[in-house]
Amino acid sequence: MKANRKTGLVFFPAFDWAISKTHPEREERLLYTQDQVFEEGILDIEGLVEFNPSLATEKDVERVHFCVPKVDAVLTESHYISAGGCKTVADAVLGGEVDCGFALVRPPGHHAMRVVHGARGFCNINIEAIMVEHIRQTYGVDRVAIVDTDCHHGDGTQNIYWHDPDTLFISLHQDGRTLYPGSGFTSEMGGPNALGTTVNIPLPPETSKEGFLYVMDRVVLPILDEFKPELVINSAGQDNHYSDPITGMRFCAQGYAKLTEKLQPHIAVLEGGYSIEGALPYVNVGIILALAGIDYSWVREPDYDPEELRQSDEIRSTISSTCERLLEERQQCASKRKKYLEGDEFVQRSKTIIYDTDKILEEQKEMIRVCGGCAGVLKIDSYADTGRHLLGISVPRKACSTCQDIGRQWFEEGSIRRFDLVCLQDRVADAYEVKRK
Amino acid sequence: MIVGLDVGGTHTDVVVLQGKEIVCKVKILTDHENLLDTVCFGIFEATRDFKPQSIKRLVVSTTLATNAIVQGKTEPVGILVASGPGINPNGFAIGEHYYPVSGAIDHRGKEIASINEEEILEIGKKLESSNVRNLALVSKFSVRNPSLELKMRHLLADNFDTVTLGHEVSGQLNFVRRIATAYLNAAVAGISRNFYEAVRGCMEHQSMQTPLEILKADGGTMTQESSTRYAVETILSGPAASVMGILAFADRTKEEVVLDIGGTTTDIAILVEGVPLLKPLGIRIGGYNTLVRALRTVSIGVGGDSWVRIEDNILKVGPERKGPALAYGGTEPTPTDALVTLGLVKGGDRQRAAQGMQRLAEQMGEGVEEAAETVISKTCDLILEAVQALVDRVNQMPVYTIHDLLEGRVIAPTGMVVIGGPAKELAPHLQDRSGWPVQVPPDYEVANAIGAAVARTTCQVTVLADTDRRYVYAPEEGHMDIIDWRARTEDVVKIAFRLLRQKALRLGADEDDLEMELLEDYEFNIVEGFYTVGRNIRVKAQVKPGLIRPYREAAV
Ligand SMILES: [Zn+2]
Ligand SMILES: [Zn+2]
Repeated sequence: MKANRKTGLVFFPAFDWAISKTHPEREERLLYTQDQVFEEGILDIEGLVEFNPSLATEKDVERVHFCVPKVDAVLTESHYISAGGCKTVADAVLGGEVDCGFALVRPPGHHAMRVVHGARGFCNINIEAIMVEHIRQTYGVDRVAIVDTDCHHGDGTQNIYWHDPDTLFISLHQDGRTLYPGSGFTSEMGGPNALGTTVNIPLPPETSKEGFLYVMDRVVLPILDEFKPELVINSAGQDNHYSDPITGMRFCAQGYAKLTEKLQPHIAVLEGGYSIEGALPYVNVGIILALAGIDYSWVREPDYDPEELRQSDEIRSTISSTCERLLEERQQCASKRKKYLEGDEFVQRSKTIIYDTDKILEEQKEMIRVCGGCAGVLKIDSYADTGRHLLGISVPRKACSTCQDIGRQWFEEGSIRRFDLVCLQDRVADAYEVKRK
Repeated sequence: MIVGLDVGGTHTDVVVLQGKEIVCKVKILTDHENLLDTVCFGIFEATRDFKPQSIKRLVVSTTLATNAIVQGKTEPVGILVASGPGINPNGFAIGEHYYPVSGAIDHRGKEIASINEEEILEIGKKLESSNVRNLALVSKFSVRNPSLELKMRHLLADNFDTVTLGHEVSGQLNFVRRIATAYLNAAVAGISRNFYEAVRGCMEHQSMQTPLEILKADGGTMTQESSTRYAVETILSGPAASVMGILAFADRTKEEVVLDIGGTTTDIAILVEGVPLLKPLGIRIGGYNTLVRALRTVSIGVGGDSWVRIEDNILKVGPERKGPALAYGGTEPTPTDALVTLGLVKGGDRQRAAQGMQRLAEQMGEGVEEAAETVISKTCDLILEAVQALVDRVNQMPVYTIHDLLEGRVIAPTGMVVIGGPAKELAPHLQDRSGWPVQVPPDYEVANAIGAAVARTTCQVTVLADTDRRYVYAPEEGHMDIIDWRARTEDVVKIAFRLLRQKALRLGADEDDLEMELLEDYEFNIVEGFYTVGRNIRVKAQVKPGLIRPYREAAV
């Protein structure tokens, strides 16, 4: 047996790490997946290469996040390994050692936003974003698409790339009115400098294979074609599965494999998925085979019954009208952008962020410079009920000189009498500067 | 007295040991067409001056199973495979009588689909009418629950000579390898049984009462009676014999590299505190990955007779061999010729060797002796590069816990033991170029036979407990029992050691040689909803490869 596409795997179940003993994110989450992967003999297949994860560095993290009070305070070893595992796969793909790769790592990351006061949705740091920025820094890749197929809205990834016109973020998820984190509606399309590069497709509970694949064909693949990314990343959460204990969808292993085959991601990264016996072993095998271009037609759950999982007409029509509305709303991005350019130089938004895992509440004020020459300099004033107060300034990777100057000025003006820490994330210089109380 | 016999590609070596002393060494030519004669004659030649009653142990390492597999001279096997969901089992077809059948077990050992009796009986009839006498019955996850394999055996066993069950060949997870391993075991089971019974017959003819033991690929021995059930474990025992022979000279406090430099190839192994490293899953043979426990040896195409030439202005050594060295009537220069030219090896035609070196020297723009030195250095460097690559691979083995990733053991050898034809002459050069002390043990030319003589019985058990489902299961032993819902890892470890001990004694181990160790122990909670309902405990233990008692103590 031989892989049609050379596929790199980092398989790191972290058997000695858990949020708590009965938390869904616990030691044996990937145990049965490992059993299935080992038993199928997948690691013996020619063209499938297994790597040990490397460790991400503080610098990798600071390219993406403002960690409060500092990186080491909000991360454990498991997070450095999880993000490092993604980097290892990325290096194998970008270095040409393999054609594509899958980082089967935990803990996940797609709920981690740019500012990190603690863990939310089981995530501390955004492992995909850390990987993507590592890729950009090391290999000079510019346009990247991240397609998030976890059942929960990838609000962390959306937050990080909200203002970045070079990163297309597409999330398919269970409707935010019915599930954590309660966001991800079609109207969320990106900041003033990046309108249209955030795409949200909320799906009704009980959406099945048919619905997911319809959305792929109708929305995801056409938008990808139009964006022309150099690299496609899949946040491959597996909690859309019909047996998942914390969600309400009806997706299956065959569906995940088919979706992967259609998407053909360069790199897939495991996100959620908590049906550790009934779903993960089969879904992961399906994804690995689909990535490698090997026949996956025999992969199915022991209790799989396509009749029982059939999608109702009502769900079908809800999905189709969501897709049409989305495509229509996208038409208006250009005119909205024009209005922004004609309007105020700075645009503000405020929001409240809940860290459900660590029980923290954060109040955020964000200001972006509307810029015709770059992604715009960003300023975040963040106060958490831990008592910590951050001023974070982010100068984007391809910032124009005006935005760079403004960023520097904001950083210098930021007073450590008012803030506990003032940080400048300078992506032009690939540097991170901090002033502390 | 104990006797060790190792069948090699060219020669078969036999030694008789009295205590730590070699009282007889015999080297005869191997007749691959008639291996039985070779073995029986070897035993006879080595032991004829001694009283049969004084022979207390006799171990043979043969190429029987290896040759049968590599040359395709095995017996036909009917193989029935119950895969259930996963990878399409048609991709794993092996042999001419391969039948995917219905039935499935899942990763926790639940039978999720039963077999179809009619289907099985139908296949049985077909196999009988094709005159297939050996069966291999394999299901996915049979190491979690053997029920499908047992049911198939129940339906078919009466009508076949040998039956190999997947869960008995290994406790490891890997369905594809289990299929190949069970198939190969069945394919050589009959051949092995006949052969070793015949050897035993020869021994009885000479009035030798000692049981016959057979060396396995993991450097351990088993009795002749076990060799049918575990026939496939005797493949590729040759490299293991050499490593075991060197073990007596290894430093039990260090990590060392072992080299067996032959004419065509050099075998490399690693010893950690006197114990050879094993392959992670199993050995590869005849194009098949198997679950056969084996020493982790690597063979590279560099040896005393490797072809030396200049290609694109670069000096090349091997991997081809064009025949013997010039000094011994060959046609192309070799590392041996370099040694002969420099006077390091006495014997052979030094003039012819030097002529060969002269040819190379001209192309390299060097003097003859300089060229010979360069050839030797290059040969040593190729070997040392392969050593480093093996060490790197060992250190890059996948790990699955944060502890192992951050604090796992890193192998860093600090010494070398070298045997084989040019061992003595290459040793100083290897020492120079590696910076490690290099040892050449005495009697190194029969280290393989010594290794067979002094290797102890080895084996491994895997024990799984599921306290939610209240069972404990040791697949290789076919042992299934109920277990208390409160059982913890230490309870399962106790069961593992008990089973391991029984198994080792059954395979012929001496009570004194049971150096048992835990290889792996994992305990996971089984959570349903938000409640812990039980534990999934996994334990592996082994009798590690090593030497029988008197020789163990002789070690440095
Ligand atoms: Zn999720
Ligand atoms: Zn700008």
